[in-house]
Amino acid sequence: MIYLDNSATTRPEESVIASFKQVSEKYYGNPSSIHQLGGQVETLQAKARTQAAQLLNIEADEVVFTSGGTESNNLAIKGIALQHQNRGKHIITTEIEHAAVYDTCKSLEQLGFHVTYLPVNEAGVVQIKDVQSAMTDETILVSVMHVNNEAGSIQPIEEIGAIVKQYPKAYFHVDAVQSLGKLPIHIKAAHIDLCSFSGHKINGLKGTGMLYVKKGTSLFPLFHGGGQENMLRSGTENVAGNVSFVRALRLIIQKENERPDHFKKLMSALRESLDKIEGVFINSPEQAAAHIVNVSVVGLKPEVVIHALYERGIVLSTQSACSSKDLDESRVLAAMHLPRERTISGLRISLGYHNTMEEIETFVDIFKNEVTQLRKIMRDI
Amino acid sequence: MEYDHILIRYGELGLKGKNIKLFINQLQRNLKGALRQFPNVNITRTQGRMFVVLNGEDPQLVMDKCKNVFGISSLSLAIKVDNNEEAIKAGALAAIQQSDGVKTFKVAVRRAYKGFPIGSQEMNQRLGGHILRHTENITVDVHEPDVEVRVDIRQKATYITSTVVPGLGGLPVGTDGKTSLLLSGGIDSPVAGYLMMKRGLDLEMIHFHSPPFTSERAKQKVIDLTKVLASYGTGKIKMHIVPFTTLQQEIFKQLPERYGMTVMRRVMVKISEMISNNRRILSLTTGESLGQVASQTMASMNVINEVTNLPVLRPLIALDKDEIITHSKEIGLYDISIRPYEDCCTIFVPKAPITNPKREKVNALEAKVDFSHLIEEAVQNTEAIIIDAAEEDHEFDDLL
Repeated sequence: MIYLDNSATTRPEESVIASFKQVSEKYYGNPSSIHQLGGQVETLQAKARTQAAQLLNIEADEVVFTSGGTESNNLAIKGIALQHQNRGKHIITTEIEHAAVYDTCKSLEQLGFHVTYLPVNEAGVVQIKDVQSAMTDETILVSVMHVNNEAGSIQPIEEIGAIVKQYPKAYFHVDAVQSLGKLPIHIKAAHIDLCSFSGHKINGLKGTGMLYVKKGTSLFPLFHGGGQENMLRSGTENVAGNVSFVRALRLIIQKENERPDHFKKLMSALRESLDKIEGVFINSPEQAAAHIVNVSVVGLKPEVVIHALYERGIVLSTQSACSSKDLDESRVLAAMHLPRERTISGLRISLGYHNTMEEIETFVDIFKNEVTQLRKIMRDI
Repeated sequence: MEYDHILIRYGELGLKGKNIKLFINQLQRNLKGALRQFPNVNITRTQGRMFVVLNGEDPQLVMDKCKNVFGISSLSLAIKVDNNEEAIKAGALAAIQQSDGVKTFKVAVRRAYKGFPIGSQEMNQRLGGHILRHTENITVDVHEPDVEVRVDIRQKATYITSTVVPGLGGLPVGTDGKTSLLLSGGIDSPVAGYLMMKRGLDLEMIHFHSPPFTSERAKQKVIDLTKVLASYGTGKIKMHIVPFTTLQQEIFKQLPERYGMTVMRRVMVKISEMISNNRRILSLTTGESLGQVASQTMASMNVINEVTNLPVLRPLIALDKDEIITHSKEIGLYDISIRPYEDCCTIFVPKAPITNPKREKVNALEAKVDFSHLIEEAVQNTEAIIIDAAEEDHEFDDLL
């Protein structure tokens, strides 16, 4: 099987699973318990937290372990909105956010918040001047993703951070779920206050992740109770999950450092080949992140292509897996002003560190074959 | 061109007359200890200064370690260049380019080596002009510059530095032997230890452990505190862990409740003195601050001090709690100190401990009981461990 759906989820590293298993078996104590088993588990989790902080160049007490990207985004956005609504009720985000941000903002509209959804250009990128002109004295939160999950477009988060910084009431949240381990994230330099990460996108386990919360940022928690995670997320800690997340984080950053050209090499070969196939259009911009490319086979329903490819051992997906149930056009591709024939036919090929050049070549051959045949059938009907 | 060494200036050391060699040697040893994890660095000396030659190690990481060594008045990252105008120009420009957020600068040339053909005023202008031509949005401000590029032309080479980072001052740890620090795990005692280190004393820790009344987490806490302190000294500190459970229980059982704490303190001091004598250590240090708690009134100190003939150093005696907390935070101890575990000083605390004990009364009470064999036993069973600041904790590495 050639797995090219790494932006939906990744295969966990064996050593990450081993770490989860070992911690579950041996360190099952509650870190809040005062006996020695609890103490050991507390030390283990503190070490994991410190290691995560070192890997991301932040402080240990800025790490809040969560269940993944969706929870991190919800905690960041609702947490700021509910805690600081007396300062203003305006939130800025973009038209191309993942549903975990987009729909969270939509839900806040029901509670009386005003949300500005910034447009993007043809390359799927938010324009700085739009951010600037959307900012008001009422703005309490700006939430912009780092790498878009469907098109791979990279948002100028450092420039946006510099703007938000000029508004003392406004916090800056970045959904970095798709960029972690692929692109460097300079949390401090970009003046980010909140940053979401997910474990299962970096060869970790489902149900793991973290939110960076800059020191001094107060949030209204989603969960109340025992006061764990600095009072921000009550509930007995998922120590095995958290430890395994940090191991996955270490491994992916190690790979990022050791193989900085991995995605570039694969992607330039892939794009070059895709470009030559008749009827195939590349939707992702030239400057997109090198691990995601979105293509349309105009005239073919994407599901048909996906099923045909799966028969031949190739796994990829349409839109974002989380919103595949909507049969409508892709909100992200539509925001990029692509024609409807392409916004309803987007396919996403997303790479991981395990993918090889050979796999790319095989994929391209099969893809070309299948597409040509399917298009012929459609013409004949 | 990158920073290739760190210039270390030592202030007070310069005043120490004949003993100066001793102090400088100790400073060099301590620096070497602090930089153990950087195998390529070299420490050299010329008159009145010390240089840490980086040999490719990360300037900022090495700098961060050097900053924690006592006996240094200030430090600068520096570039060493040959004594010719072009090399000096390139170095001065590099020094500016490696400082962040610079808007204004000035150049200050010192020509200690008069054999250099260009005068210092003329060099100032030439270097300033060179920097202005090769940078953008930077101007000269001779009064309050963001960065002062100092160019020190000496006989063998020219040294260029930009920012001057203040050092911790004080004297190199170890120049005046050791003191025994009574370390509980609270906020005060480690700060007291730090301040004595600043005056050149090395530490050995004495910690009283009373399981099950005090926990392993409390013991780990003092180990972690000791690690922080060790990083300011020679890198390693010996810690004596005194088994105190039986003795502590006996004291509170056999003496009137109000006097329990006074006697417990006297016993702690006695044990500390015995350990110090065995280790040929000439003083005790405590974190006492006058009036802070019942045992730290003048009367209490008078009674407690009676049992030892060693000098008891109390560097916090005149500080307010707020001041101690500020120190604790700056040193990097505070977050460890506030971990909420009971220590030997917080268990068995009577509701109303006596604040005005008298020597005669306490001696009379103690005469009725004999703790000497228990004290002997505690000293004999004291466990000594070495805490190494650089030792990385590899527990759980297989999981992370």
